[in-house]
Amino acid sequence: MPTVNMSVNGKPASGEVEARTLLVQFLRETLRLTGTHVGCDTSQCGACVVHVNGSSVKSCTMLAVQADGAEVVTIEGLADGDSLNPMQEAFRNNHGLQCGFCTPGMVMSAMDLVNRNPGATEAEIREWLEGNICRCTGYHNIVKSIQEAAGNMGD
Amino acid sequence: MPDGAQETGIGASVRRFEDQRLLTGNGTYVDDINRPGQTYAHILRSPHAHARIVSIDTSAALASPGVVAVFTGEDMQVGGLPCGWQIHSQDGSPMHEPPHPVLAQGKVRHVGDQVAVVIAESVHEARAGAELIGVDYDVLPAVMDLKAAAAGGTLLHEEIGTNVCYDWGLGDEAAVDAALAASAHVTEIDITNNRLIPNAIEPRAAIAEYNGSTREYTLYTTTQNPHVIRLLMGAFVLSLPEHKLRVIAPDVGGGFGSKIFLYAEETIITWASARIGRPIKWTAERSESFMTDAHGRDHVTHARLGLDADGRFTALKVETHANMGAYLSTFATSVPTYLYATLLAGVYTTPIIFANTRAVFTSTVVVDAYRGAGRPEATYLLERIVNKAARETGRDPVQLRRQNMIQPDAFPYATPVALTYDSGNYQATLDSAERLADVAGFAARKAASEAAGRKRGLGYSTYIEACGIAPSAVAGQLGARAGLFESAEVRVHPTGSVTVFTGTHSHGQGHETTFAQLVSDQLGIPIESVEISHGDTGNVQFGMGTYGSRSLAVGGEAIVRATNKVIEKARKIAAHILEASAEDIEFADGSFTVAGTDRSMAFGEVALAAYVPHNFPHDTLEPGLDESAFFDPANFTFPGGTHICEVEVDPETGVVEVKNFTAVDDVGRVINPMIVAGQVHGGVAQGIGQALLEGCVFDSEGQLLTGSYMDYTMPRADNLPSFTVATETTLCAHNTLGVKGVGEVGAIGSPPAVINAVVNALSDLGVTDVSMPATSQTVWRAIQDARA
Ligand code: FES
Ligand code: FES
Repeated sequence: MPTVNMSVNGKPASGEVEARTLLVQFLRETLRLTGTHVGCDTSQCGACVVHVNGSSVKSCTMLAVQADGAEVVTIEGLADGDSLNPMQEAFRNNHGLQCGFCTPGMVMSAMDLVNRNPGATEAEIREWLEGNICRCTGYHNIVKSIQEAAGNMGD
Repeated sequence: MPDGAQETGIGASVRRFEDQRLLTGNGTYVDDINRPGQTYAHILRSPHAHARIVSIDTSAALASPGVVAVFTGEDMQVGGLPCGWQIHSQDGSPMHEPPHPVLAQGKVRHVGDQVAVVIAESVHEARAGAELIGVDYDVLPAVMDLKAAAAGGTLLHEEIGTNVCYDWGLGDEAAVDAALAASAHVTEIDITNNRLIPNAIEPRAAIAEYNGSTREYTLYTTTQNPHVIRLLMGAFVLSLPEHKLRVIAPDVGGGFGSKIFLYAEETIITWASARIGRPIKWTAERSESFMTDAHGRDHVTHARLGLDADGRFTALKVETHANMGAYLSTFATSVPTYLYATLLAGVYTTPIIFANTRAVFTSTVVVDAYRGAGRPEATYLLERIVNKAARETGRDPVQLRRQNMIQPDAFPYATPVALTYDSGNYQATLDSAERLADVAGFAARKAASEAAGRKRGLGYSTYIEACGIAPSAVAGQLGARAGLFESAEVRVHPTGSVTVFTGTHSHGQGHETTFAQLVSDQLGIPIESVEISHGDTGNVQFGMGTYGSRSLAVGGEAIVRATNKVIEKARKIAAHILEASAEDIEFADGSFTVAGTDRSMAFGEVALAAYVPHNFPHDTLEPGLDESAFFDPANFTFPGGTHICEVEVDPETGVVEVKNFTAVDDVGRVINPMIVAGQVHGGVAQGIGQALLEGCVFDSEGQLLTGSYMDYTMPRADNLPSFTVATETTLCAHNTLGVKGVGEVGAIGSPPAVINAVVNALSDLGVTDVSMPATSQTVWRAIQDARA
């Protein structure tokens, strides 16, 4: 079985994986980082989004071996102790989550958007979130959260 | 609220305590849990919608690497999955209740039906093993069309001699027929309420573990009601005593009804965990969610509404075929009867109503409660037929509604369909919604759309629902096999902090926050001193769970009552220590004070005294401060409101865009406005999803064509606008909080508002009806048909 080495949330991580092991399986099952979720089997829901080398990636669409040598950040890597990062804080402040299952993917995806397009309009935010499904919130407060995090309220 | 960060009382938008863990990846969902020595289950499912099983050969699977065990229906001779609500047909006979096997017994009745379970060292090995099971099927014709199935033909359950589960009626049919015959105008409608697939984003999952030395089972499962699962699985299926079966529902990723029911998979692995003596984990793949989570809605209805010459509703007759799917799911039978027909008065004064529901078995996934459950179907029918009646009689649809509405001074109002509404003010929600939706400016917006080649429309829904499920006495009379009370325990610790155990379950609703607001407010202690515990039958005394928008109206009220008992006990303790009589002790702002003096004790001091009872008169005063209450409501609660949808349609492509959606709901007293608004947002999104995007499709052979997110259109962020939501409040008359419930209003009120808006937009093209889901293709066709 191949061995993979990567940096996960700033720490070295390695493990033996099967060639078919998905990155999300490596994170959840080998590293027991269960904040990254699996909501579908067709790469549509976005519950599994993590950052690989700074970009958001659906970790169910990538093999663990493809992430060999990469820098991976998951939802567990955002907060500093008890203090949430600004995107997490904005979700909390705007009730951007209900059941929380889509939330890790939403937050990781939203961070990538705000990094790329800090002035994103509501329409751009909604378009960006195409790949993240939430059944609970109706997206209203997710959009608000992202706008707040981007310092983009009232746009 | 002037000071959002500090304020934690009733009415404050307290930020949720749940969020810290859920936002940092530290939630604990079932699939996040792993038990030592755990194995993995994979279910072999039927590829056919209807077939006899001739033989099953498991030998190759058993020999496959990593496979620990394989079980079929022959091995698993246990009770069937029970149905919790008995309906009687109009002729007095009880409904047909064919067995609902946990693993197929000789026959399969829908694609996805469970045939065998393979348990292995890994998920891959379990799946590989299942592929080696040889099943010889004798394929039978699928039973797909509701009305045809009701009429006869191929029988899904031969032993009952029919595909009709029951033929139920409510009301006086002859009187309604006579009133319709005497009406100045009768509007008829044929309407389909499209079948939906719930799609909580967390797939169902379970882990079962058996402890051979204590003979105890522990089941972690994605449920909205762990005690109900324990009762149904233990008592009816596996014959396990409840004290030996612990059910834990940790963080659960959404339910919407689909996680109420007792399912086969969790039952199979619980049973099998004792057989193999190791923990077993099962997690649904999304494709399994599509074909095994109980679906929602699926009604075909014909209705007639009578009007007199002045436009007053005279009578309503509703005939519905309701799809049960292949078997009876836990609460399936109540949905198209007592959760549906009892709502057919809506907010109107229609004097007599008759409803007939024929529940039909088909070769499809079971159908059961999905957010709203019966009430969205009633609302959709009413709010569409009222619009059609307005059009046919040349009346304004809003005026026609106002004219027929129950007046604010008419409460309590007894409807002709068995309910008594306790409070409401429908005109107030309508007025407020019209203001917020800027109806006055609609004409100008429509003209602007027209200039751009688009059609703009406005659609209304003035709805009511019954929730806060439910008064047990009423439910019992109507056939419920369970009581529908709720329980709470308020345990005060020696240092004055409090753990509240509730029988409800939160899977997104924020109970850990809202319930803490209640208790901290009542006891006058900091909200951080209150912890809410739920979801574990090993901790929580009992509970009926969370569905039917009941958690606050029933479960919250139980908490209030248990907290009142705590205050009364604490008052006695304070009286003893302050050497006064209990009647003279006043409790306010967290302090017990002897009236008219400055002698007082803080709540925390009384708590400590309760556990350090050095000089208690033990014959009259027990140590400890821990009280519980069971609350059984006197009536349902009746939230209602007005939803107004504004759409723009491209007549060339049929694409519908929701431009504005305004919801003004009366949900009774609001404890946490932020959470209430969030519940409405989510419900409205699901309602818009039903109206425009979502629809479950089977082919004629019973294959599920919408079996993944590639084929079943979930509402995405860019399908929806930001919503305008507000509340108008009348208080519920029969709980002390005055709360009514908010979980379902969004999904109940919204679909007809959307469709009425689409029809309104296209009315000058001659379109009078558009069916759900109003996809661009459906709308384009409606336009073409109207032009032809
Ligand atoms: S798990 Fe759904 S997109 Fe990755
Ligand atoms: S918060 Fe539940 S799916 Fe998004």
